[in-house]
Amino acid sequence: MASEEMEQLVRKEYKQGFVTDIESDTLPPGLDEGVIRHISAMKKEPEWLLEWRLEAFRHWQTMQDPQAWAHLSYPKIDYQAISYYSAPGAKNKDAPKSLDEVDPKLLETFEKLGIPLHERAALAGVAVDAVFDSVSVGTTFKAKLAEAGVIFCSISEALQEHPELVRQYLGTVVPPTDNYYAALNSAVFTDGSFVFVPKDVTCPMELSTYFRINAANTGQFERTLIICEERAQVSYLEGCTAPMRDENQLHAAVVELVALDDAYIKYSTVQNWYPGDEEGKGGIYNFVTKRGDCRGDRAKISWTQVETGSAITWKYPSCVLRGKDSVGEFYSVAVTNNFQQADTGTKMIHLGEGSRSTIISKGISAGRSNQSYRGLVKILPGAKNARNFTQCDSLLLGDKCGAHTFPYQEIGNASAQVEHEATTSKIGEDQLFYCMQRGISEEDAVNMIVNGFCKDVFKELPMEFAVEAEALLNVTLEGAVG
Amino acid sequence: MIEIKDLHAKVEGREILKGLNLTINPGEIHAIMGPNGAGKSTLSAVLAGREGYEVTGGSVTFEGQDLLDMEVEERACAGLMLAFQYPVEIPGVKNVYLLKAALNAQRKARGEPEIEAPAFMQLVREKLKFMKMDNSFLHRAVNEGFSGGEKKRNEILQMLVLEPKLAILDEIDSGLDIDALKVVAEGVNSLRAANRSILMITHYQRLLDYIVPDFIHVLADGQIIKSGDKSLALELEEKGYDWLLEGTA
Repeated sequence: MASEEMEQLVRKEYKQGFVTDIESDTLPPGLDEGVIRHISAMKKEPEWLLEWRLEAFRHWQTMQDPQAWAHLSYPKIDYQAISYYSAPGAKNKDAPKSLDEVDPKLLETFEKLGIPLHERAALAGVAVDAVFDSVSVGTTFKAKLAEAGVIFCSISEALQEHPELVRQYLGTVVPPTDNYYAALNSAVFTDGSFVFVPKDVTCPMELSTYFRINAANTGQFERTLIICEERAQVSYLEGCTAPMRDENQLHAAVVELVALDDAYIKYSTVQNWYPGDEEGKGGIYNFVTKRGDCRGDRAKISWTQVETGSAITWKYPSCVLRGKDSVGEFYSVAVTNNFQQADTGTKMIHLGEGSRSTIISKGISAGRSNQSYRGLVKILPGAKNARNFTQCDSLLLGDKCGAHTFPYQEIGNASAQVEHEATTSKIGEDQLFYCMQRGISEEDAVNMIVNGFCKDVFKELPMEFAVEAEALLNVTLEGAVG
Repeated sequence: MIEIKDLHAKVEGREILKGLNLTINPGEIHAIMGPNGAGKSTLSAVLAGREGYEVTGGSVTFEGQDLLDMEVEERACAGLMLAFQYPVEIPGVKNVYLLKAALNAQRKARGEPEIEAPAFMQLVREKLKFMKMDNSFLHRAVNEGFSGGEKKRNEILQMLVLEPKLAILDEIDSGLDIDALKVVAEGVNSLRAANRSILMITHYQRLLDYIVPDFIHVLADGQIIKSGDKSLALELEEKGYDWLLEGTA
């Protein structure tokens, strides 16, 4: 098949690109200590957190943008041109106390995105925290979760209701000085989700946060913190979309996971930020730091991500395998099209004896997009008998896209077993011809082949979302057949 | 069934088919033999509509339609099916899934409803059994890790399920041991019907002991230079192709 035809075939339609017309309370663009103090005051935060933010901000000012090393190219971001806080609703109005008080326009927005927030209509078995621009607008099934002892709320609420818990864990996995965007996030984060699962509790339902950026020229800086005490378990999913706008928008999140002895956290992401148009105009800059700490023995943290959106993605969900026999997993499907760029991968830091990690990364590049897998497997001297298996496959659609692999391995203990497998293939014209010769249309054939390529990762997603992910992939690669 | 007239085709700028004529009537089995490089596989690729094969002259009429004007999947849905010389591996896609998607696409093209799951499974299991294939084949990825013989059997399995009007077998015998060849031949023979035609492309006479054709054609340098009944195969076996080629040089 000619490559122009291939391009047409993968032409993309973004179905979540609408704008909600709603009054909002937005800070003017710009960033200085005053802005940070303002955010902190607005959120009635404790003094220690303000200090923490300011320290992060001061450190951030001394740091260098990672543009220097990532395999990404974009114009320098003007951090003074971004607004750091935007909340739906009129000024000087208290936040809604319950879902019943939430502006119907907001409920409608989430409904349109397939996330009904009324518990009657909500997806059975899934509790949702909905974040709109800088604030959480509501969390479902809170009462039911509380019965089981599980805390699931926005991080703003957690800071009011459980400040000591937040203080104990915040920044212990991703310190504010960790990297450029983590420092920026620590200084200005506005909301996000908080999950606490106490000892011996298996969270009775799937938890999910849905992030929506709506306001123009606004950055979204959310902070998610998930803690599983001894023998506790939780499965958590995040989804995200944004309107189609010509300007780029910044999303710089930090996610921290803490798993104590025998705890298990499964964190899944379906990332569908607006990727920009066919000419590469607009789209979200997605600069995210995600890290899980297997703090206890036999603790397990599993990252599964399906990345189809954003103009630029820069993220490396990682695991620090501190506990003895702890387990880290990373399963990823990343799709880039048009002018999208992704530099993504993971880090597995083995400290614990007998710790094991698995990395399965599937990259699909189409159009003129560029994609890099960047992965670090680090075995520290104390991690006796640590094991890692990495498999990293790239699929190219057409001949104007690129795939790159940057595996780093630092092995400090001779008893470690580390395996790395990598393949790059072009979507086979042979495969397409074979399917079409059986009567299957070109578009269905591409979807079938791409879905087959991603099977190993999709099977790790919670059931409800595996279907969603497959559908999302089909939309992403949807287009006229030439 | 199919009428090929004065067909010319180029691959990478080089003319491979140079005025090929062939007519196949319903119910007939034809075999095309010939030395390497004669254009045998090009013919099957052109008929299936493969990218990169440029038709520069002539016509092909399939069931009254202009075949050369149809897309690859339209040809398939109209009943032209090619068993590949090298069946393609599709990792992660279950064999059963491809079969069902293909059958339903063809049914849809004919204006029929999708086949119900129980009926489909019954049909597939019956055909699997006939091809002496295990049920586990259905849940393996398409051709992935299949031995040469398994791949060829899988091609015939697809034919038994999809029931094409014209089955084209491109070197279906290559890489098969004698037992596998017998199973494949039995599958092909079961396809024989008054309203179905088969075109076999082969290098070796051996296949024709198991699937006996009505007509044999010798293809050399892009043209059919000799046609005859099954006795021609024996003559070729005995004398090789050279005695025919001398006349064309």
